[in-house]
Amino acid sequence: MKNINRSRRQFLKTGGALALGSTLPISLVELAFAEPSQNFSFAYISDAHIQHIKGARFVRNWDMGLKRAVAEANLLTPKPDFVMFGGDLAQLGSKEELDHGAEIMSALSHKLRYVMGEHDYYLDLGAYWEKLFGPQYYSFDHKGVHFIVLNSIRTYDDWTYKRWPTAEQRMLEMAGLDNPNGSPFMVGDEQSKWLKQDLDKVAKTVPIVVFSHSPLQKIYKGWNFWTEDAEQIQALLKPYKKVSVIYGHVHQIQYNQIGNISFNSVMATAWPWPYPSTYAQAEQYLPKLTVPMNRADPFFERDATGWQFINVANGNVDLNFTLYNNTDRVVRFDNLKKQPQDRDYQAENARINPQRHY
Amino acid sequence: MRPLLLITLSAAVLSCSQAVYSQQSSAAVATPATNAGDSNPLLGLPPVPVPANNPQTPAKIALGDKLFHDKRFSIDGTISCSSCHDGDKGFTDNLPVSIGHHGLRGTRNAPTVINAAFYKSQFWDGREPDLEGQSKGPFVNPVEAGLANHEPILQIVRSDPEYQAAFKQVFNAGGEQLSMDHVSKAIASFERSIVAGNSAFDRFYFKGDKSALTEQQHRGFQVFLAQGRCVSCHSIEQDHALFSDSRFHNIGVGINAIQGDVPRLAPAFLEAKAKGGDVDKMVLTDKKSSELGRFAVTDGFNDLGAFKTPTLRNIALTAPYMHDGSLKTLKEVVIHYNNGGVTPANAQVNAFLSGGIRPLNLSDAQIDDLVAFMDALTSEQFAKPRPVAATQGDHHEKH
Repeated sequence: MKNINRSRRQFLKTGGALALGSTLPISLVELAFAEPSQNFSFAYISDAHIQHIKGARFVRNWDMGLKRAVAEANLLTPKPDFVMFGGDLAQLGSKEELDHGAEIMSALSHKLRYVMGEHDYYLDLGAYWEKLFGPQYYSFDHKGVHFIVLNSIRTYDDWTYKRWPTAEQRMLEMAGLDNPNGSPFMVGDEQSKWLKQDLDKVAKTVPIVVFSHSPLQKIYKGWNFWTEDAEQIQALLKPYKKVSVIYGHVHQIQYNQIGNISFNSVMATAWPWPYPSTYAQAEQYLPKLTVPMNRADPFFERDATGWQFINVANGNVDLNFTLYNNTDRVVRFDNLKKQPQDRDYQAENARINPQRHY
Repeated sequence: MRPLLLITLSAAVLSCSQAVYSQQSSAAVATPATNAGDSNPLLGLPPVPVPANNPQTPAKIALGDKLFHDKRFSIDGTISCSSCHDGDKGFTDNLPVSIGHHGLRGTRNAPTVINAAFYKSQFWDGREPDLEGQSKGPFVNPVEAGLANHEPILQIVRSDPEYQAAFKQVFNAGGEQLSMDHVSKAIASFERSIVAGNSAFDRFYFKGDKSALTEQQHRGFQVFLAQGRCVSCHSIEQDHALFSDSRFHNIGVGINAIQGDVPRLAPAFLEAKAKGGDVDKMVLTDKKSSELGRFAVTDGFNDLGAFKTPTLRNIALTAPYMHDGSLKTLKEVVIHYNNGGVTPANAQVNAFLSGGIRPLNLSDAQIDDLVAFMDALTSEQFAKPRPVAATQGDHHEKH
């Protein structure tokens, strides 16, 4: 396991040809263009699920996961330009949880930006979250890259506004997996309109990075590894030369290529989900490109929570994953195949064996 | 009488003989196992891993034994390996951190040599892959034997007639050909002979003798396996038990001393290392560097404050505990784990705590049972009451 400082320096020197990951449950994203001076990086933390018990008590395990990510992000040198948080800071969207999560995040010595997750949203539809962190969807430019942040976890107005007697129940229904009372995530018309207007201002050659919480592709509906209007959003992004979507929510490594769009998930700091293919109760479309992580060690609360050291070289993203107590993974954009690929484990016989030490 | 030690003549063949560790002569005398009614003295252990390029032979072990006890290999002629790894003290020194030449203190607690042969790496931070590599370090560490380099050792073994004969016999080496590799191979072979199984636990677990453990120890074993979660790192396999996974974990000991300082300390350490700093010296002479743990070896932030899981065999003999010797009793150790690795005195969060460490909610009775269970891990030859060590001769360090 190489040290991140060194690999980042190496990357900044070499344009990311061989940058290696380290061990933080955050993502560090590097962008590189023809101009080395344009290289920059940002860190990515996601899915902390801070959970309130009562009074001043919170679920220790989720706290520890986020604290570790924050402590390690502070060790990065040179400092990343900013930190993204990928959504689901809270477990049930309460003021206590968002405050507590924001407080842990406040130990970061970097500029912070947030993506909305469904666990943050469905109690008060983002009202308190907006007070803390700002708008639910927005865009910004940074050193030649156009970044777009979407709230991709909305759903039908009918479900949101008319179905549930209380806000708490609405939150609980959306927090459950395999819940027949749930409803599929979507970006929705309001944001689609905004997105189109926003993109119209961007030259087709400018690299675009989209941050969403849900995948912006359709993987498994039962757990909302899903975005109902994924095709429409993908269509809006199609005219652009280099597009990367980086999403949270799935708590596992996934990667895919659809046309010009590379998809990469980021890890959670809270817990890992199993792959839908090991469980699917209904049709699932786990990307063929994805090689699943080996099973997490249930003894180690932090195992299979991890981070990605992401290089975006010439607008393509390369992810270097580190899983606690587990084997590193690298998913690089393959310039010949024009898709992300885990070269080490793509072959069946090269996969990581299950652990045998307990 | 020193405790009986075992000499394994080969890893593949478990034909073991016992060596009487005599105070007058440190040469191991092979005698047939005579403990009437005793089961295999290596009960509960796998074959000793022996590197292909350094097979065990009685002569080599005897030579290693002699080297292990030779104080001349130190700057002031007072320190040998056995100063800190004393056969009468479970091959440790029962000190929080070891004392080197001129009373200098290091940063870490001397690990026992007993069963060190089974670890996948050596030292608390695993910075050496094997006993051969490990044995060279302390001679040239400024707070241990304190030599500037290995040359004085080679001068002694090349000129001392007894060593000359022994190295000739064992390695067919002498003069300039006699190198530190030969010295370290002999010491490592001796250390590989210090293996001990056959504890009350082994007789119960691998032989089915329920009466080997007391009722309380049986209850403690259940805590060990289940609610205490101990077995996850202090592992027990189907046909043997090393009580260590040979892996590295941050369990919340020592890290608090540097927690707030890590963002400065970690890069500074890497910088010093990149400039050719000697990890062995840095971690043993600087308390803060020591607490970086396995990170000092791998440069991986995942290893910050992580130390190797020590075996629990003969743990009752080797107080105080932890890499810094900061916990005096096994009960303190269990209480530390029961608190989820959080030191009550320190409210600061240990962000690097292993995901395996969490509060256990053990009752006071369960804590006592678990401690009682660990008493059942003492090997037969150490379990006997040991006479107070004689102090004549030059075998015993006064600490």
